[in-house]
Amino acid sequence: MNNTVSSHAGTDISTWQAFCATLKRDLVIALKRKNDLLNPIMFFLIVVSLFPLGISPDPVELSKVSAGVVWVSALLASMLSLDNLYRADYEDGSLEQLLLSPQPLYFLVLAKNIAHWLISGLPVVVLSPLLAYMLYLPSEAYWTLVLTLLIGTPVLSLFGSIGVALTVGLGSRGLILAVIVLPLSTPVLIIGAKAVTDVMFGLPIGNHFALLGAILAMALTMAPLASAAALRISVN
Amino acid sequence: MQARALFCERDERVLFSGLDLDVHAGELVQIKGSNGSGKTTLLRILCGLNDDYEGDIHWKGEDLHEQRENFFASMIYIGHRVGVNRILTPRENLRWSASLHAPVDDMRIVAALGRLGLRAYEDIPCRNLSAGQTQRVALSRLLISAASLWILDEPFTTLDVQGVKNLESLLSEHVNAGGAIVLTTHHALNVTCPSRALDLDTRRAAA
Repeated sequence: MNNTVSSHAGTDISTWQAFCATLKRDLVIALKRKNDLLNPIMFFLIVVSLFPLGISPDPVELSKVSAGVVWVSALLASMLSLDNLYRADYEDGSLEQLLLSPQPLYFLVLAKNIAHWLISGLPVVVLSPLLAYMLYLPSEAYWTLVLTLLIGTPVLSLFGSIGVALTVGLGSRGLILAVIVLPLSTPVLIIGAKAVTDVMFGLPIGNHFALLGAILAMALTMAPLASAAALRISVN
Repeated sequence: MQARALFCERDERVLFSGLDLDVHAGELVQIKGSNGSGKTTLLRILCGLNDDYEGDIHWKGEDLHEQRENFFASMIYIGHRVGVNRILTPRENLRWSASLHAPVDDMRIVAALGRLGLRAYEDIPCRNLSAGQTQRVALSRLLISAASLWILDEPFTTLDVQGVKNLESLLSEHVNAGGAIVLTTHHALNVTCPSRALDLDTRRAAA
């Protein structure tokens, strides 16, 4: 009895170690390839700063669209960097090693998704108040914007991972990735942007946060499983 | 490990049918065959990456699908794509590969790299290494793992003469210590351990 308990604890520890090692590995790779780190942030900055030029520099008009613009740009920035998630690993064979690990694939995929979020999602969240200021978002909505992005961007990484996992084996993917990922991520965009707009009009936003939280909980539990299954198919 | 009545078809071409293969501890099995005869596919089926086949594979008497984790814990596979990230250093690559099974300390990683002739290359990004050196980084995984079954796809490609000798002695050591190896190669093996060959071409000609 004692033996089974201790061997169980042993696998838990090694699963945790494999999780940490995978997370650390992906972060080290991103830090060594400065492009990965800078691309999403630069893309986000450029897209958002083009809007005042394209629409009008008028504070009234800009503040109306500001929430949507920041959210759409965050979604596009996340999608742009999705390819880094499994592409290189697929090409150099690391993905096969990942699939052949005795550790549960759920945690390994989750580690990779968290790494992706830390690289592409978190900087966007941190930068968003600055850009909101640029777009004349009313100051009372800043916290709502940051919080919705904080809950919403991990969902974009988690759902995006399913799409990349499904398409990583295909030679030319083109728009397939967007077609798979967008229907999954638009609800997050709608709710997130709506919450920010509502707070500007002084409406209650509790239910938006409840919905976003529910989506995040669902994504955290289900998406890595779906990604893992998709990866097995892609490598086949 | 036992495989029974394996059947696999690729692009409407039968690669093999009714293939039986037994691999016992303390034995090396070399899979031979011309290009495109299904060597790689067979290895990927055996190691569980490819499940597009018919037939049964048993590991230690039980069905492979029912004990994936046990099987993965005691098997190591090195394929054509060797699984070495070009941005990371050999040390970082091995640390990650090992942690997928069981983490090992740095001393063993350095020792493994040294054994394969990569001393002083531990902290150089793998993109600066040659193809043969990258292959050696992948092969170092064999030394830091506790796996009893090695499945190797063309492990000799890109290795130089010394590297080939080195690997042959590694293979012999593993088999003589009670391990099992399945590998594909076109190279005439010169090992000091029990070995036999399975030729996919002659099987097909006979069928």
